[in-house]
Amino acid sequence: MAAKTSASFVDPFIRIAVSLFEDVSRQTIALLGILLASLLIVPWLVNDYLLTVLIVVLYFAFTGQAWNIMMGFAGQLSLGHAIYVGLGAYIAAVLFARFGIAPWIGFLAVIPVAAACGATIGFLAFRFRVAGVYFAILTIAFAEFARIGFDHLDYVNASAGLFLPVAQYARNDLWHLRGNPTMFYYVILAAAAFAFVVCRALLKSRIGYFWLAIREDEQAARAAGIDTFRYKMAAVMISAVITSFAGVFYAFFYNNLFPEQVFNISRSIEIILGPIIGGIGTLFGPILGAFVLTGLAELLNAAMAAIGFDLPGAKQVFYGICLLLVVVALPEGVWPWLARRIGVSESRQ
Amino acid sequence: MTALLSLKRVSKRFRGLLAVDGVSFAVSAGDLFAIIGPNGAGKTTLFNMIAGAIVPDQGSINFAGKPIGGLPADAVCRRGIARTFQIVRPFPALTVEDNVIIGALLHIRDVGKARTRAGEILRSLDLFEQRNRIAATLTLPDRKRLEVARALATEPRLLLLDEVMAGLRPTESDRMVAILRSLNRDNGLTIVLIEHVMRAVMALASNVLVLDHGIAIAQGKPEAIVRDSAVVQSYLGAEPV
Repeated sequence: MAAKTSASFVDPFIRIAVSLFEDVSRQTIALLGILLASLLIVPWLVNDYLLTVLIVVLYFAFTGQAWNIMMGFAGQLSLGHAIYVGLGAYIAAVLFARFGIAPWIGFLAVIPVAAACGATIGFLAFRFRVAGVYFAILTIAFAEFARIGFDHLDYVNASAGLFLPVAQYARNDLWHLRGNPTMFYYVILAAAAFAFVVCRALLKSRIGYFWLAIREDEQAARAAGIDTFRYKMAAVMISAVITSFAGVFYAFFYNNLFPEQVFNISRSIEIILGPIIGGIGTLFGPILGAFVLTGLAELLNAAMAAIGFDLPGAKQVFYGICLLLVVVALPEGVWPWLARRIGVSESRQ
Repeated sequence: MTALLSLKRVSKRFRGLLAVDGVSFAVSAGDLFAIIGPNGAGKTTLFNMIAGAIVPDQGSINFAGKPIGGLPADAVCRRGIARTFQIVRPFPALTVEDNVIIGALLHIRDVGKARTRAGEILRSLDLFEQRNRIAATLTLPDRKRLEVARALATEPRLLLLDEVMAGLRPTESDRMVAILRSLNRDNGLTIVLIEHVMRAVMALASNVLVLDHGIAIAQGKPEAIVRDSAVVQSYLGAEPV
């Protein structure tokens, strides 16, 4: 009897796990396996500097995946995702610094705040038909509002910044997210893998189909009976909650928070560059885009150091030119092009 | 006998233009009802009011005994009225099958079952072979049938078709006529269609409503309508000889 109960409890999870891979081609599974295996062994192969670079790559793969839910799936352009990063970072950091609450518990407090923030922006926009670029401006306005607000909020040290106590730890403390880069690397790798799996499950489900319908043609979606308000709200809230975990990670990895930095619009732009370069609306796009962007920046650094060219701002100019070339040459993103070249399809058939 | 769909003195004004002026009519369950009239007569405006895309200024719209006037489009669809658009709007970047799955998911929660249902509908509309193609790459006749397929997938009791024959060659339009007749006779689906192709109207419709400048100028059996002097005048702009 007990065995039967536990079997029926586990059963739906097994079915979900199986369904995640049932439609995936062999090439895709092989590709995923190679990618995951190489990412798992990387800490033994590279130095701390390169590991930190990879942490940044995976961080942007994670946030890009979360942003992609809104833009790539549901077609809603957010240019203010820094607000969810900032809220997650500040809430988890304050709870840890003042009350010693572990970040994983802190994240439980972050979830409703991020969801409510997303719901507020979504409600204002979707209820009052603020769409397209005007919606994007609304998301920027909220992020700026948060930046200025936190800049004057004495409880979190306002513009002076919030610092997490840093000490030499004898061992990695996963529960309190205190430890060396290797630990942070595995945390963000797990998060990025989790975001990938969640996005794939969402895309394959009823809600994913409805999001695509809204992205493609909102009026036609409504004519097909889809309550577009409800599903757009769901997209904003899910995207907000996932993004806010990146904030928790950010706070504990960098140990310092300044409103001017964490809520800055350039942070929101960084989040969206990966999926745009990699391929909006695809699952591998945000991951590939993060690798391309950070890889490009590191290559430029190395190249300029090698030739001894250190004119201020030159790196940014070259970086911009490279991005421009990628966007012009591959307007759908790098992944759709690469997928065709290596014969991997990401369609849902 | 109660009508499935009934409109009473429905009006819509766009600034100075009275697009639909006090139009009343009733469609019985199982009917194949055509709305005809010259360009700008207000046919599509009337459709948009029934489908919830625009709100009527005056009058009442009842479906299956309940008022639906002013309900949003998605709520109207969930009540059982599906529509196609005059200028086709399939979800362009998605496959033919995914377009229809989205319609089917309205009442079927499981994606696998919705795919099975979409397959059945695509077969009945001769689109099954094309199911993996991207909708934007289809020819116009195929896109028109895809719109009908997506609408059917929402399991409507009433189907509103806005000029599904327009732009089709006679053979293609005959195929559409056969499909619609089968849906109406074999599945008992009530259909209201706006149509300019009189060949199709005469072949299909059991009842015809004629609109001109927003006013219902005639209503009745198709054979009677084509001899009606007001109708002939509105189309040809002259006194009947």
